[in-house]
Amino acid sequence: MNYFLNLVIGGLTRGSIYALLALGYTMVYGIIELINFAHGEIYMIGAFTALIVALALSFLGLDGISILVIASLIAMVYSAAYGFTMEKIAYKPVRNSLRLSALISAIGMSLFLQNYVRLAQTSNFVPFPTLIPEMQFLQTLPVRINSAQVVILTTTAIVMVALTFLIKFTRIGKSMRAASQDKTMAMLLGVNVNRVISVTFVIGSATAALGGVLISSFTGQINFYIGFMAGIKAFVAAVLGGIGSIPGAVLGSFVLGLTESLGAGYISSDYEDVFAFAILIIILILKPSGLLGRPENKKV
Amino acid sequence: MLELKDVNTFYGSIQALKSVSMSVQKGEIITLIGANGAGKSTTLMTISGIVRPASGVVAFEGQDLGALEPDQIVATGICQVPEGRRIFPYLTVQENLDLGAYLRRDNAEIHKDLDYVFTLFPILSQRRHQAGGTLSGGEQQMLAISRALMARPRLLLLDEPSLGLAPLIVQQIFEILTQINRENGTTIFLVEQNAYMALRIAHRGYVMENGVIVLADAASALLENDEVKSAYLGV
Repeated sequence: MNYFLNLVIGGLTRGSIYALLALGYTMVYGIIELINFAHGEIYMIGAFTALIVALALSFLGLDGISILVIASLIAMVYSAAYGFTMEKIAYKPVRNSLRLSALISAIGMSLFLQNYVRLAQTSNFVPFPTLIPEMQFLQTLPVRINSAQVVILTTTAIVMVALTFLIKFTRIGKSMRAASQDKTMAMLLGVNVNRVISVTFVIGSATAALGGVLISSFTGQINFYIGFMAGIKAFVAAVLGGIGSIPGAVLGSFVLGLTESLGAGYISSDYEDVFAFAILIIILILKPSGLLGRPENKKV
Repeated sequence: MLELKDVNTFYGSIQALKSVSMSVQKGEIITLIGANGAGKSTTLMTISGIVRPASGVVAFEGQDLGALEPDQIVATGICQVPEGRRIFPYLTVQENLDLGAYLRRDNAEIHKDLDYVFTLFPILSQRRHQAGGTLSGGEQQMLAISRALMARPRLLLLDEPSLGLAPLIVQQIFEILTQINRENGTTIFLVEQNAYMALRIAHRGYVMENGVIVLADAASALLENDEVKSAYLGV
């Protein structure tokens, strides 16, 4: 039983990180119907930014948690700027051409950012400082959960609630939903759709960066390539939940995280990625629009 | 109030509007009638800035709209109810109406306008928390008009509000359009295939064929015009 609970906690932790990333995929897809393949790179850039900031701050003698908070915030702002710029230079110019053009542009952006970080930083794994201090009381719990997992789970929960509130009740949230359903109509009502798209990229990039920082301080090392696999997995999670649907992305992420964790724990950890992609294939066969996705209805 | 001068609009190599000139005076109901594909919707989309004219001027109250983005055009006081209603299907009726008032900050006045559209179309207040996509065609048209009214436009553009609706509903909607025009002084630019209904409520009318304005006259005169009668009124 304890073993099972540990696997569940591990799965939820993974799921949280996937969710922070998958949100960006699904929101961007919801609005401009583009799979932003460079999204994983934003996450990686977030982790690197946090690493640099954390190293700088550690000279000032700050404690782990303050470093983590400041580094995360700076990483989020910095990555958001990357996301914003990326949309302007790589996606906006091709928005009205074939969908394939934007997709190729996204793949190009992904390769560009990976190699840019590789050249600017290093191609080796670099250690990421453990910024989250051990919490003593966790030792007394019957299940094994460490402080990093607690921080990851609570942060993700807070981000989800905040984002749900933003999308449901605020003016910008309503305009985002409107633009995702009918861009022309949104324009006809005075919505500046370019701005809505930029805001979407900014929010998605900031949450991706947050995920990057949190997971890195959990795993303890990063390199220029970490965004690739994480990006693909989060993409799977978004498709699993129904691409374009925000609750779907969250649900898909947790389903994926738990599948991987339980599969690795009970069957074999060598097949972890196999489980991830197998569940994608199964869902696509049984319900192509994803768990919470809306059936695709083509606009005339 | 609104002035189109020598407007030419293209879709790729196809010319949809050919040297179109027309004017709308403040407080009028103007109608533009014509067959399918004559360029009526393109005219409205050109005014709203969704399609850009290749040449010519669209001016609203003396201001050239050519340099403005669609959202800035809405801010000048023009709002369009497009063809097919285009209700946001997954937003509630209330949220659809909120988006109509997207550019406004005067909350007290927005509330007044909300009450006003609910008195025009009481059914909408009953459907308030229902998703827009679950409404019937007639209700969606009412919502589309109400949504545009929430912007408190000085010029209301309507693209075939009668499309696909039962005659009784069409009757009701056209009566409300005249009421809006009378009570608020909202200028209305109505594009219609249902020429008879449109000409009955309009002050003046334009007839468009293949992207060209072929006739312009008082609505009552167009109703008596032999060409209009045979081509559009089925008499």
